[in-house]
Amino acid sequence: MTAAPPARPAPTPPATGPAPPARRWPLRRHAAGGQIRLALLLLLPAALVVFGVVLYPAGRALVISFYDVDSPFPGRYPFVGLRNYTDILADRRLWTAVGHTAYFTVVSTALELVLGLGLAQLLAAPLRLRWLFRAIVILPWALPTIVNGAMWRWILNAQYGVANALLTELHLQDGYRSWLGEDPFLALNMVVVADVWKNTSLVAFFLLAGLQTIPRGLHEAARVDGAGPIRSFLRITLPLLVPNIALVLVLRTIEAFKVFDIVYVMTGGGPASGTQTITFFTYLQAFSAQRFSSGASLAYLTVTAILLLALVYLRLLRQSELRSP
Amino acid sequence: MSENMSELSRRRLLQLSAISGAGLLLAACDVGGGSDTSGDSGAAGTGEGQIKALFMKQAGYSEDDIRAMTDEFQKKYPKIKVEPSFVAYEALHDKIVAAAPASTFDVVLIDVIWPAEFGSKRIVTDVTDQFPANWKSDMLGGALATAAYRDRYYGVPWILDTKYFFYNTDMLSKAGVDPASLSTWDGVRTAARALKAKKVVEYPLIWSWKQAEALICDYTQLVGAFGGKFLSDDGKSIAFNTGGGLQALEFMKQTLDAKLTNPNSAESLEEDVRKIFSDGQAAMALNWTYLFNAANDPQQSKIAGKVGVASTPSGPAGAPGVNGSMALSVSTGSRNQKAAWTYISYITSAEVQNTYAKSSLPCWTRSYDDPAVASTLPQVVPVAKKQLADLIARPQVPRYNEISQILQAELQNALLNRKPPKKALDDAAEQARTLLS
Repeated sequence: MTAAPPARPAPTPPATGPAPPARRWPLRRHAAGGQIRLALLLLLPAALVVFGVVLYPAGRALVISFYDVDSPFPGRYPFVGLRNYTDILADRRLWTAVGHTAYFTVVSTALELVLGLGLAQLLAAPLRLRWLFRAIVILPWALPTIVNGAMWRWILNAQYGVANALLTELHLQDGYRSWLGEDPFLALNMVVVADVWKNTSLVAFFLLAGLQTIPRGLHEAARVDGAGPIRSFLRITLPLLVPNIALVLVLRTIEAFKVFDIVYVMTGGGPASGTQTITFFTYLQAFSAQRFSSGASLAYLTVTAILLLALVYLRLLRQSELRSP
Repeated sequence: MSENMSELSRRRLLQLSAISGAGLLLAACDVGGGSDTSGDSGAAGTGEGQIKALFMKQAGYSEDDIRAMTDEFQKKYPKIKVEPSFVAYEALHDKIVAAAPASTFDVVLIDVIWPAEFGSKRIVTDVTDQFPANWKSDMLGGALATAAYRDRYYGVPWILDTKYFFYNTDMLSKAGVDPASLSTWDGVRTAARALKAKKVVEYPLIWSWKQAEALICDYTQLVGAFGGKFLSDDGKSIAFNTGGGLQALEFMKQTLDAKLTNPNSAESLEEDVRKIFSDGQAAMALNWTYLFNAANDPQQSKIAGKVGVASTPSGPAGAPGVNGSMALSVSTGSRNQKAAWTYISYITSAEVQNTYAKSSLPCWTRSYDDPAVASTLPQVVPVAKKQLADLIARPQVPRYNEISQILQAELQNALLNRKPPKKALDDAAEQARTLLS
């Protein structure tokens, strides 16, 4: 639920050179066996941590989702099979939340990608004080989501907010208006704005990394051949950025799909439940209503959806890599 | 980067899932087991040592008040060390639930709507046997109900509160409105029209109608005034979608439509109401006792000295205030329940409550005749004495929280013009029906 570290999407183990040969000739050298043992020993602490804080809770949650657990304490609870899943899938509130989540995910990811692409171009441009611009651009992303949410809640405050003051002073709107309390759809869009403001910089930096690997000579050659900037962007920059774009899409879609904290801080799911996302609904079920099983089954449905998304993305990614030279 | 990506093939992803699956199987051995005596891991303890207490950062006693009380307690009981923590009211319930299995807190502050849930799920202990008989006669009825569920006590009443009606005396006199006319909701509406017509203030009324428990508190008070009920008399069916319950919502909606109520009410909590009222941007507001003191503090208010307070206006059926009291409970998992009880007994005592009466009025009947208490808040105490004798409770059912969430969403649907009031309440009743059993 919190922002994931900016890591690669999966923990691909570092290239452990000696391992494959050792498997092929297990008895060739004793040293190789010792090395494996050492490697396993060194991996053990990390494995224990992963088991303790990821796999074990995940397993427990899965089991809980088949029981009817209605209190936070361990104890005997009736086994209900898949009833939690069928009940929750029949709940209208879930599908409303799915709609909000889908809208949030698509719109915020799309905006972040488009804006991030533009921002990355600017950051790559040979300007003076480029380091300063880069430092400023990374700031929003460095802000904790909770702080960002609180900040936007104040900016958009209907009575005292800066947004209202600014827009009214500039005569872009007639008077103070409510951003987060009157129209549920507007409130959802405002949450999107807050999310885009924060995460565009991350996207921009991912794309900047890609931009810097494109040899300048390609653009120069294109210019010699008479291609304008737009054409060279479409024919050179964009195709070469595809792997970066794909990566950032995977990261941002999955993150956006799990959105919780910014909603909790900015709107609390309101108005009229108009900003309730799947994870927010899961939280309400599990902790406010003490329907832990219902919450666990919801969480598993979310995980399944994300896993499917990841599979689709990975397939697309591989295809694009096969096609690119 | 692309090389790394190709390593993460679909196969590897599935492999990872399979490994996680193995972890799941291991975990499976544990769930559903455990002891039968759910949550009985606590112990009385020696009555000494360290205890942790969870409070809220809102209304009632302030954080400073609570720290001061705790310091005085520790001077008196040097062998007990208390560590207070504070969260927003909106996070309090979930924090108590999430902390329960780990027994993080020994003492927790619970709202009047939670004893049914926390008691039946044994998150807090039943203290009926420790509850001295004289407390039952010496505390006000509304306070006693706070921690009670089915004739058992699950805590000691500590904050006795209801929503009073506050008005800006300056604005009323500018509009020529007599404060005495605010004794009925009809009178309030007429006064609001006058205030608006004379352009004294754009929106005379401000409420806490955000999708939160605060909305239910305001609604409850109006339900009481219009003679409605949440549940039928046998407690087996929903009753808020007819009669007074519906009229209360219609009243709320009318004041919004007539632009007498600030539309920002739909995104305001009690604190937002306090700020808007203290800033002179509203003439009338419903809020907890603490508003009086806060709005009269020149440091945080522009209307200090111009604050009037009255008991809640009456409707056709009377003028009950919502019971918004809170109690202190010993958590079931606490390993130092004796010390926790000592601490609770101390800070709920009449002496301590009288000292901090300015923030929150005492739960004890005799405090109201104490000249020291009466003189700290001379305007509020006479009003409170009358109002606290006439309270309306929100339903005392274990699934209250869920019902409340459904009702909050549907009330907002009506207030924001997304559904007619009747339809919204019918929909809420339909969803809540199964949660009563």
